[in-house]
Amino acid sequence: MAADRASEPTPILSIDKLEVSLFTRRGVLPAVDGLSLTVAAGETVAIVGESGCGKSLAALAVMRLLPEPPAKIVGGAVRFMGRDLASLSDREMQRVRGKDISMIFQDPMTSLNPVVTVGDQLIEAIRRHTHVSRKEAGDRAIELLRQVRIPDAERRLDDYPHQMSGGMSQRVMIAMAIACGPQLLIADEPTTALDVTVQAQILGLLKELQASSGMGLIIITHDLGVVAETADRVVVMYAGRKVEEARVGALFERPLHPYTRGLLGATPSAVRRRGGRLVEIAGSVPALSDLPMGCAFQNRCPDAFDRCRGGRPALASLLPQQSAACFAAEVELSRNVAAVGT
Amino acid sequence: MSLLSVRSLCVQYQSARGTVRAVDDVSFDLEAGETVGLVGESGCGKSTLGKAVMRLVPSSDGLVILDGQNLTEMQPGALKAARKNIQMIFQDPYSSLNPRHDIGTIVGQPLSVAGWPRRDIRGRVAELMGQVGLPAEAVRRYPHEFSGGQRQRIGIARALALSPKVIICDEPVSALDVSVRAQVINLLKDLQQATGVAYLFISHDLSVVEHVSDRLIVMYLGRIVESGRGEDIWRQPAHPYTHALLAAAPVADPRLARSRNKSVLQGELPSPLNPPPGCSFNTRCPMARERCREEQPVLRTLAGGHMVACHYDLLEQPAALPAVSVAS
Repeated sequence: MAADRASEPTPILSIDKLEVSLFTRRGVLPAVDGLSLTVAAGETVAIVGESGCGKSLAALAVMRLLPEPPAKIVGGAVRFMGRDLASLSDREMQRVRGKDISMIFQDPMTSLNPVVTVGDQLIEAIRRHTHVSRKEAGDRAIELLRQVRIPDAERRLDDYPHQMSGGMSQRVMIAMAIACGPQLLIADEPTTALDVTVQAQILGLLKELQASSGMGLIIITHDLGVVAETADRVVVMYAGRKVEEARVGALFERPLHPYTRGLLGATPSAVRRRGGRLVEIAGSVPALSDLPMGCAFQNRCPDAFDRCRGGRPALASLLPQQSAACFAAEVELSRNVAAVGT
Repeated sequence: MSLLSVRSLCVQYQSARGTVRAVDDVSFDLEAGETVGLVGESGCGKSTLGKAVMRLVPSSDGLVILDGQNLTEMQPGALKAARKNIQMIFQDPYSSLNPRHDIGTIVGQPLSVAGWPRRDIRGRVAELMGQVGLPAEAVRRYPHEFSGGQRQRIGIARALALSPKVIICDEPVSALDVSVRAQVINLLKDLQQATGVAYLFISHDLSVVEHVSDRLIVMYLGRIVESGRGEDIWRQPAHPYTHALLAAAPVADPRLARSRNKSVLQGELPSPLNPPPGCSFNTRCPMARERCREEQPVLRTLAGGHMVACHYDLLEQPAALPAVSVAS
């Protein structure tokens, strides 16, 4: 890992062994369990996983927007530009949120205030963090709407969210998120609610804004297609833990964790033969209250052996710039190394 | 004669601001044991078409002929009897199962509606549970005790109960996680092989539709713009809209995803209340010309059963738009 870090630029965000627990009647559940992650300027990191894997909670923890209770950060640190976000007062955090770090959510319709015009919402976002007059903020709002390619921007300022389509409202959300030139943008399933042609427009727009501003981007998604289109680096999560991390090319070419392989095999692709069977991952994601002893994936894993039932595999750097938390992958790779050695 | 023939089907909704032609002059056939995929973006009328074929929404014009019987002219009693041959699976496995009924009751309901004796129902339900891969004791449990994927299996068991000839699958896997989605897709394929049921598979997810379908129908603003064999359309789409859909669909292959042409379709679906004159796609079409703004193109047949509704289709002028390399 040390060697990898040296070749990478200094991260703007570094999450170190983050732990988020849910305090419920069934006990304390480890929703995010020791997640470490870095994002550099201009870099896109995708967090992939299925519902309940902790990907959205991790993002909310970074923003300090966790629904508390039941969720609470119980361990680890989140550093942004060298500052420990947990040590900031609520006021200081408010200054970071929306200015230095922004977030956009899956459902733009519920993220916008339905009784305030799009223009007023944008102006509010701008004036919260910059000292400009209403008039200047209004001009900036028009400029932002143009930047996210909303046609007829001046007129659209007076629209209410319900007068816009899903794609348009997601553009407004993006305009609001980039209003103060954030260094990091977290996009939680930004295109899941949208049609494919609109999805392509939005993903293209995000990448374009990133290219011009150099902001870091975290894309949280369950869609491996979106990952392949946008990410530089990928973090795969399962039951609250990071199970694999790799550069995007390596992850798709040579996934190490059986769960990653399963996800790839389960995704229909035109490249594969039509009509062939998809790879199934047996069973379903276990409830956090009901995680098996040892590796959380063992019940569904085709490669599981005794060791997986005994202890939890730690994330290990198994190949250059690629790490996985899997005993079977470790054994497999050491066997290959031995074979090469003889 | 095809198992299911839909001819010039139209569905209109009246709204305060005018008439919406949700389904406009749609014709297609479905053969026994076949899967026809129906794709298009939200608001294109694909779900309404599915419901109109099921006679769950009234059509204003056209015919739905199932196994030689015209469903559009049937009285309610006859329709109820005919429905045993055509069933439906819904998108949301949470809202499509009655939370107060146990699984045995839910899966057995089509049978009791059809007048089966209770003893026979129990046997058939047990058989269905096995077929969809659920444990036999699940019949005594309630929907909330099951995960999304298992609930979708329950919905499938219910649809299969009367051994229908056609099942309309309306976004059956859209609400499911990736790993569970694959299980359900494989299950649907296995059941088709075992029973010979035909599927009308409605989805916005091109990769899923392409994977399961023998033939594809692409809809835009209530009309079919292209139809034909899946591999033909995938290899060489004839309609500029299909071309744009394929180009926009994310590909789970980073190298291909970044190397292929990014001709992103601009603009959004026009309001169905006020579709543009001429070809309804002309406002977003990169190739639109004078004629496209004046004259609505008819669906015409190209080679090999491939049909397209475009004045200047891409097979005629292959160089008009850059190729979408979705298949390697």
